[in-house]
Amino acid sequence: MPLLENGQIVEDGWTLVQDDQSLPDGDILLPLSRLSEGLGRNGQGRLGVVLKPDERVESLKDALPRLDVVCLTFPIFRDGRAFTQARSLREHLHFKGNIRVSGHFLPDQYEFLLRCGVNQLAVPEGTDLGVWQKAHERITIAYQPSVLNEQPEGFAFRRYLSS
Amino acid sequence: MPHSPQHPTDVGRYAYDAVDRTFLKQRVEQFRDQVERRISGALSEDEFKPLRLMNGLYLQLHAYMLRVAIPYGILSSAQMRTLAHIARKYDRDYGHFTTRQNIQFNWIKLEDTPDILNILADAEMHAIQTSGNCIRNVTSDQFAGAAQDEVLDPRVHAEILRQWSTLHPEFTFLPRKFKIAISGSAQDRVAARFHDIGLLARQGDNGRAVFEVYVGGGLGRTPVIGVKLRDDLPEEDLIAYLESVLRVYNAYGRRDNMYKARIKILVQALGVEEFRQQVNAEFMAMDRARYRLAPAVVEAIRARFASPAFEDVAAAPAVLADQKQGNPAFAAWVNANTHPHQREGYCSVTVSCKPAGGIPGDVTSAQMDLLADLADQYSFGELRITHLQNVVLGHVRQDSLLALWQVLSANGLGTANIGMITDIIACPGLDYCALANARSIPIAQKLSQRFANATLQQEIGALRLNISGCINACGHHHAGHIGILGVDKRGEEAFQITLGGNAGEDASIGQIIGSAMSEDETVDAIARIVDTYLVRREPGERFIETCRRLGAAPFKDAAYATA
Repeated sequence: MPLLENGQIVEDGWTLVQDDQSLPDGDILLPLSRLSEGLGRNGQGRLGVVLKPDERVESLKDALPRLDVVCLTFPIFRDGRAFTQARSLREHLHFKGNIRVSGHFLPDQYEFLLRCGVNQLAVPEGTDLGVWQKAHERITIAYQPSVLNEQPEGFAFRRYLSS
Repeated sequence: MPHSPQHPTDVGRYAYDAVDRTFLKQRVEQFRDQVERRISGALSEDEFKPLRLMNGLYLQLHAYMLRVAIPYGILSSAQMRTLAHIARKYDRDYGHFTTRQNIQFNWIKLEDTPDILNILADAEMHAIQTSGNCIRNVTSDQFAGAAQDEVLDPRVHAEILRQWSTLHPEFTFLPRKFKIAISGSAQDRVAARFHDIGLLARQGDNGRAVFEVYVGGGLGRTPVIGVKLRDDLPEEDLIAYLESVLRVYNAYGRRDNMYKARIKILVQALGVEEFRQQVNAEFMAMDRARYRLAPAVVEAIRARFASPAFEDVAAAPAVLADQKQGNPAFAAWVNANTHPHQREGYCSVTVSCKPAGGIPGDVTSAQMDLLADLADQYSFGELRITHLQNVVLGHVRQDSLLALWQVLSANGLGTANIGMITDIIACPGLDYCALANARSIPIAQKLSQRFANATLQQEIGALRLNISGCINACGHHHAGHIGILGVDKRGEEAFQITLGGNAGEDASIGQIIGSAMSEDETVDAIARIVDTYLVRREPGERFIETCRRLGAAPFKDAAYATA
């Protein structure tokens, strides 16, 4: 699947490794259960972890410095646990790498994802970038702080959203 | 973006500026686009549903219903006229005030909705988060800024919570809906213990507010009284602490069963101590500076509320006393429908939206316009919707009450029944709602007729009667001294009676006294329950007190006694 990143559709060069597959070279995304195996890998390439909604981000604490990507999952767009996972990764664990989301989410959730610290979205082939662009530009103000530390607007907790 | 702070003019209401108005317009256009994407098929109905719900649009039994937010129940007269206009143009000439201090329009067309939201936005109103699994309209004390027993005006903090929760990036797809109530008085007029979070403010040592925080209360299928999580939360930690509670809930609340998804179930499953520990762990770990509610922020919000220009009306109480003397009907209304005010010579007036035989909370367009005019004339242009489905004029001169009462009475709004048995809370029931088992409105109307006699109602005194058309409990039957629950009994509408509920500081959950009866049998049974109270009560004892002293048995016997 292509990635939506920085407002552009880019190719995803990462390999999602299944449970029973041997670890390939290159950039790989592993399930949490295979994290230690990945950390001990001899091959070349970067490492990422796929976290399910019920898996705790704290379990990545020690490994985070060696991870380039944490991929959070939406089994369905209504399941909002990934928002809290993403925000925790940024705010509590100070993760500076890429936070990716995959699964079922909507353009209408784009701004929320960004404001919780997500910066890569796995989107279907043929995704209309315009719809996402519009969703991003639609609302230019927010009423609460976020991990993006947007510029304050006026008073209270209002923030300018970048377009 | 244009930013033009201006002096607030609307009493009691947060004044929008250009930034707030722009935001609302952007939100309307976003929804217009979502409706178009639904019609084009880009959004499935399953995907569209939560988006429309978060703009207040429900699909009911016969039509779409639009629930418009009235933040903490406060409206300007101009806003009330806007609601009247919407009722007249897009609905069937009436609206329905709800237990979350909102208003519902029951006969809305989907394709009209973006235009209606646009009209609302022009009046600085919206329907944001009046439904959906998000933080709902924050409710507050209907006497905020006026009540004698108030330690602070809770509307300032309610507005802070409204802004903070609006399109919150992390908490808009929660396991289930989330309701917050805030009171500025120790006397709980907001049912704090029946909310996901209930906040009771008091003055702290340093002159700034502290809050008691209750969590995990609620009605619905599993009624639970909230537990106290914090006793003395400092004002500056209000947002940080609520973030912590919501984060724990969003991460661990159940998502496999919508009937077990409210925070009360999580609090019960973890136990209060474990839940508190998790909240505290989150609170300690978070970037508290980011969420700190600084005094300057509170003051900036407070500055956008205009205050009433009270007059010196020291003579007003004497005028009122004189007018009451010769007019027992007026005196009864003053006694039942007014509340003490901070300012000498003023009082708050509760306008009953429960006339004899009427539909609780329903108000016609003409009545809305009239209430707006009366607010302009008598209460600085400010109105409040109560969670008991009535309307409050917050600041009325006591020497104006007679003239006000006369106009109200001439327009079906003069009923003297606040806090009495015909001040009924009822959900929309099977007349509108797809979830209901039974109709709530006809039985409410019959009970209202049955006890319409003013002398009888006064004799009965304080009695809260709440009616829900199904176990989802939107009519708060568990919190009624007498509750009525609509059920399906072998394909027929039937009603169970609960006794002993109460929503105040001594909150309790009403218990079912026996098997379901037909509508008419239920009305008769309630009449016998009330008769039993009148016979068995001790001097000065309210219904709920007699109920607690005697237990359910004598009332149950009376309810099921047949002639």
